[in-house]
Amino acid sequence: MRLLSRLSVTVFRLAAFGSGLLTIAVFLMMLSFGWPLLTDGQFFTLLAGEWNPANGLFGIYPMVVGSISIAFLALLFSLPVSLGTSFVATVLAPPPVRRFVLGIIRFMAGVPTVIYGFVAVFMLVPFMREQITGGSGLNILTAAIVLAVLIAPTMIVFFVSGLKNVKPEYCLAVDALGARPVQKLIFLLIPQAWPSIVSGIIMGLGRAMGDTLISLMLAGNSIAIPASVSDSGRTLTAHIALVIAADFSSMEFKSIFACGLVLYIFTVIVVVALRWVSPGQDLRSI
Amino acid sequence: MMRKSYERFIVLFSWGSFLFLSAILLFIFIYLVMRGGGTIGSRLVFGDVSPLDALLLRQRVFDGLLPAIVGTFVLVVLAVGIALPVGLAAGIYMAEYASGWIKKILSALFDVLAGLPSIVIGLAGFSLTLFLHKILPNRIGPCLLISALALSFLIMPYVVRSTQMALESIPLALRHTAPAMGATRLQNILYVLLPNCLPDILGGAILAIGRAAEDTAVIMLTGVVASAGLPRSLFEQFEALPFYIYYISSQYANPEELQMGFGAALLLLVLCGILFVFAFLMEQLIQRRMLR
Repeated sequence: MRLLSRLSVTVFRLAAFGSGLLTIAVFLMMLSFGWPLLTDGQFFTLLAGEWNPANGLFGIYPMVVGSISIAFLALLFSLPVSLGTSFVATVLAPPPVRRFVLGIIRFMAGVPTVIYGFVAVFMLVPFMREQITGGSGLNILTAAIVLAVLIAPTMIVFFVSGLKNVKPEYCLAVDALGARPVQKLIFLLIPQAWPSIVSGIIMGLGRAMGDTLISLMLAGNSIAIPASVSDSGRTLTAHIALVIAADFSSMEFKSIFACGLVLYIFTVIVVVALRWVSPGQDLRSI
Repeated sequence: MMRKSYERFIVLFSWGSFLFLSAILLFIFIYLVMRGGGTIGSRLVFGDVSPLDALLLRQRVFDGLLPAIVGTFVLVVLAVGIALPVGLAAGIYMAEYASGWIKKILSALFDVLAGLPSIVIGLAGFSLTLFLHKILPNRIGPCLLISALALSFLIMPYVVRSTQMALESIPLALRHTAPAMGATRLQNILYVLLPNCLPDILGGAILAIGRAAEDTAVIMLTGVVASAGLPRSLFEQFEALPFYIYYISSQYANPEELQMGFGAALLLLVLCGILFVFAFLMEQLIQRRMLR
């Protein structure tokens, strides 16, 4: 019996340490395959450099710009809508309706990304092409709009959990003072739930930066540095997916590991920021 | 008066946002049903081959979704089959044994793993094939096994986290009952704590299945292809439903293929809907138990 329990502890520990080390192994793997690029040119010149394989330039600056502009634009579109929906789900709707609202949001989070992309290719892209941006319709704006819809449920879940966890005593006090629901929201709930709201924003940004399919399908994937939102752009994630088909030993191929490293470091920053904003936040519902 | 108007604006805007999001969801569903609903039937899955022949492997299916559906199914079963036992064990360790700085470091690592973009996980899986290629004499290219492994990395943190949260939220009274009667720590975990949080763990598993079934970026880098037929071995390339949908959106050759793409999208949406309902029922079960 003692042997069995000692054995089981070893198994549990092995599983935990093994999968924890996996996280580090992913980083090391990317570092080792991207190494030639990191030693030939410095990492930072790579980040700031142009992409022109014909001249031996493998900078991923255009992709960094693409990723950042699409992600922030998506966040900009998504934030007000997500905040509004979370207000409905916590305060504005009558209680039975709140559950229904949350159910819809949870279902939206479960809709496969590829379906958003697929429908957008046949509905939004022609609309953008003919009515708004012209060109092919595949551009940063199109991708950002769809990405905004994609990240909304993630943010709403965070906002709702923050707004719901405000101390009931405070809520009762504010109710007793005769505040209208909106006043309660503005003067009590939002200030109290601030850390959760910030976490939700960080999480949304993380998802937007990490998404591959939407930008791959809708942003046009042009390698030039985008000058406006109606330009085609390529994200770091899409770059990885597009270059992987090339042959394995070229420098072009190595550059995708630099993209991977940038995304990895970005993820670490997101996790650190989340822990700093709200230590002990329940991250389960992501 | 001024204050009233901005309050009214917030209320209107909030309801507007919610209605906007629901309208998008409804629109996607109606659009897929309208464009793809007509294709739903045995022809969509089996093509021109009779279902019995296809299932008994007597004839290959060329113009149906069967290979993609079977591919996704096998992939999800493998990935969840790897991630569930490992994640469960790791979750038990995190909740019951780990403490102090070890727990802090491990949970930070799991947070990073959970946050990594799926394309980065795919890239790691791809690097693994490059690595295996270097040390092993026979060729292991991107294949079903590598995809399943990479997918299991992707979903493992969810299993770990849901197991850990479930175990940690068990009330102290229940936690101490069995040890007070002389049960060992392991017996307590196996016979009391785990059965007690089974619905939570199942809920986490369903979430993981959903993530594994919908993911495209990981498999795109680790062995999925547009046409491979039914998966025959772990070391061959395969087809998958989400990748098929992605592929059709950019490469469809004729209206029939596009029709099938819509059918496939509708099918995937319905499958994810079914998973969602299961997860929801599981949650109801948990809540009812909490109230009791």
